[in-house]
Amino acid sequence: MRSLTEEETKVVFEKLANYIGRNISFLIDNPTNPHVFRLQKDRVYYVSESVAKFATSVSRDRLMALGTCFGKFTKTGKFRLHITSLPYLAQYAKYKVWIKPNGEMPFLYGNHVLKAHIGRISEDIPEHAGVIVFSMQDVPLGFGVSAKSTAETKNMQPTAIVAFRQGDIGEYLREEDTLFT
Amino acid sequence: MGRRAKNKQGAPPSLDAFLDKKEKKTLKPEKKSAKPARAAPAPKRSKSRSDEGLRKTKKARPDEETIPDDLPEVDLEELASAKKTLFDDDEEDAADLDLEDNDEYLDESDEEARARPMFSDDEDNDELENLNAENMEAFSKQLDEEEAEEAEEAELELVQGAAQPRAKVLPSAEEEEEMAQKPLDVTSVRTRMLEIVKVLENFKELAEEGKSRAEYTTRLLKDVCEYFGYSEFLADKLFNLFSPSEAMEFFEANEVARPVTIRTNTLKTRRRDLAQTLVNRGVNLQPIGAWTKVGLQIFDSQVPIGATPEYLAGHYILQAASSFLPVMALDPQENERILDMAAAPGGKTTYISALMKNTGCVFANDANKARTKSLIANIQRLGCKNTIVCNYDAREFPKVIGGFDRILLDAPCSGTGVIAKDESVKQSRTEKDFIQIPHLQKQLLLSAIDSVDAGSATGGVIVYSTCSIAVDENEAVVDYALRKRPNVKLVESGLQIGKEGFTSYRGKHFHNSLSLTRRYYPHTYNVDGFYVAKFKKTGPSTHDITKSGAKEKEALARSEAEEEGIIHDDFAEFEDDEDKELIDKTIKRSMKRKGINPNAKK
Repeated sequence: MRSLTEEETKVVFEKLANYIGRNISFLIDNPTNPHVFRLQKDRVYYVSESVAKFATSVSRDRLMALGTCFGKFTKTGKFRLHITSLPYLAQYAKYKVWIKPNGEMPFLYGNHVLKAHIGRISEDIPEHAGVIVFSMQDVPLGFGVSAKSTAETKNMQPTAIVAFRQGDIGEYLREEDTLFT
Repeated sequence: MGRRAKNKQGAPPSLDAFLDKKEKKTLKPEKKSAKPARAAPAPKRSKSRSDEGLRKTKKARPDEETIPDDLPEVDLEELASAKKTLFDDDEEDAADLDLEDNDEYLDESDEEARARPMFSDDEDNDELENLNAENMEAFSKQLDEEEAEEAEEAELELVQGAAQPRAKVLPSAEEEEEMAQKPLDVTSVRTRMLEIVKVLENFKELAEEGKSRAEYTTRLLKDVCEYFGYSEFLADKLFNLFSPSEAMEFFEANEVARPVTIRTNTLKTRRRDLAQTLVNRGVNLQPIGAWTKVGLQIFDSQVPIGATPEYLAGHYILQAASSFLPVMALDPQENERILDMAAAPGGKTTYISALMKNTGCVFANDANKARTKSLIANIQRLGCKNTIVCNYDAREFPKVIGGFDRILLDAPCSGTGVIAKDESVKQSRTEKDFIQIPHLQKQLLLSAIDSVDAGSATGGVIVYSTCSIAVDENEAVVDYALRKRPNVKLVESGLQIGKEGFTSYRGKHFHNSLSLTRRYYPHTYNVDGFYVAKFKKTGPSTHDITKSGAKEKEALARSEAEEEGIIHDDFAEFEDDEDKELIDKTIKRSMKRKGINPNAKK
């Protein structure tokens, strides 16, 4: 376990900025309960500083996880967000999409968000921006990338895709074998 | 319950009487309505009674001559109805149920009482004629008295009824031989088991001349093995924990699955909201009981309960009711540092984290790397942000890190409490397991004790729990720890339910304070069999800064056990034959993976 290098930090933050924009500052600056990013094997964990200190007493090959996993570095050095980061993404989300109950299950099975399933949508989403998908009860279900800007989606077909799925909570079941170790 | 059971068994109703009772049940509402206004409708009541009584004369008379021998059926019914559960309803419901129960009870005893002295009917009618306003009170009093008398008589008769002729229950040697030839006759075995239990309960009066208690017990154990499929060793072990009838209840309860329960994740939602959403999805549920504020019991569901959007969003976790208990005993406080020594699959860890409201720090350890996967999955899904998951042999603590405020040790065990969940336990557990597993548990518990900070302002608590009911894995282990570490003591677990732990068992005497530990059985509370002990560490010991790892501890414990003569050389040895088979299999598999046909000749 170690803290991220400057380069790694840049890659991670660029990815995060897609979804939460300037709200990243809330992740880093929290004077009452400071949090840090830690890299263990290829995974990036976000955890409170005090917990991270305790984790130093666990040897590298025995430490399986700590705090919240944000995602992993691929072998090519890119950073891929995991669904486990959703609580933080949802908390600081910039753009949101709410889907109707009849769209919940299709989304949780790994499908993209269709126009027909949209219940509400943030007003100012540009094209290809990161969006967080919520149910109508405000339960975060996943995240994705918008296909078109909000204005354009108004005149789309019901079967057209509004947002491309990147992660959904169904992965807890579907990807159980690969998601965590 | 004991009294009820006895009553019933003494003079079991025949089929006709049973049907009669059923009929009466349909009549019950009418009777109930007559009850409240006691004084005024006294005549009416007695009239309706005499009506019933008349009907009874027709039906019940013939029954009395044929004292029936269909005991087992009655007993079964009794078992089912008498079963107490942890899953009581809300209080009103419970009260309601009680009422009904009582009614039924009254009904039955009334019925039996009335079925006998039929002659009283005529008297009743005579008296009714000279009834007037003045003597009404006296009259009703007299009625009451009569009733009480009848009930008493009935009771007496029941007691005497138990003293039936000494029935021949055990099969003779020839019969046994004959049985061995034929396939197993399930019903007759069952009948015999219940009859033997009855004899054992009242051995002095019911036992056949010249037969010893041991003969009955051996036969019963044999039958239990045949009927339920236990290995002889395990049946004997479990049987010895209970009285014969309770043991039967226990074996019966192991054939029935426990109710499905979920725990609300208070980090993300509240129980009321969760229940509402799930009900909307077509799930039939109810709070588990007054003792927990986060548990829900699932009766049936139109959707898979492990794949609803709420489940995926981490609003609840599927968790047996029994595994709430050790965490409740642990009573974690905010901003503490807590260790869960055997954490997978994370039900208890996430509960601890939720009770701490994501403050402080929770170490979730599990020795099995494959199982940490499900542990991490649950931790992440339920949004526990204060956890560290590690993969040590738990005996490495406190070498890794010590000074915890609280430690939960839900030790690996033989699983004799969860036979309903895992049938394989019935056959697979041998005597060796009951030496090896406690051996490990003792070391784990000592490590746990050494890893706790005695000076902790809020804690200094160790909770030891197993899902086994064997004394070797529970009381014996706890007693061992008390002897080895004088700086810990047992304290009240703070759990509202549960039976006291044994302070002595089959000639072994444990520390008196073991009565503070708690036992849970499937047949008494309808939860998995479980054991919980809560320690408080009062002072530091020399072992607290031990730098010895798992290997040193194992060597030490082993030499100690060898000295005491508990284990011998064959303990945890490699078995070459078995290993060779496994090795061959692995080689074959790896060859297949490489695309080589392992059967092909080179």
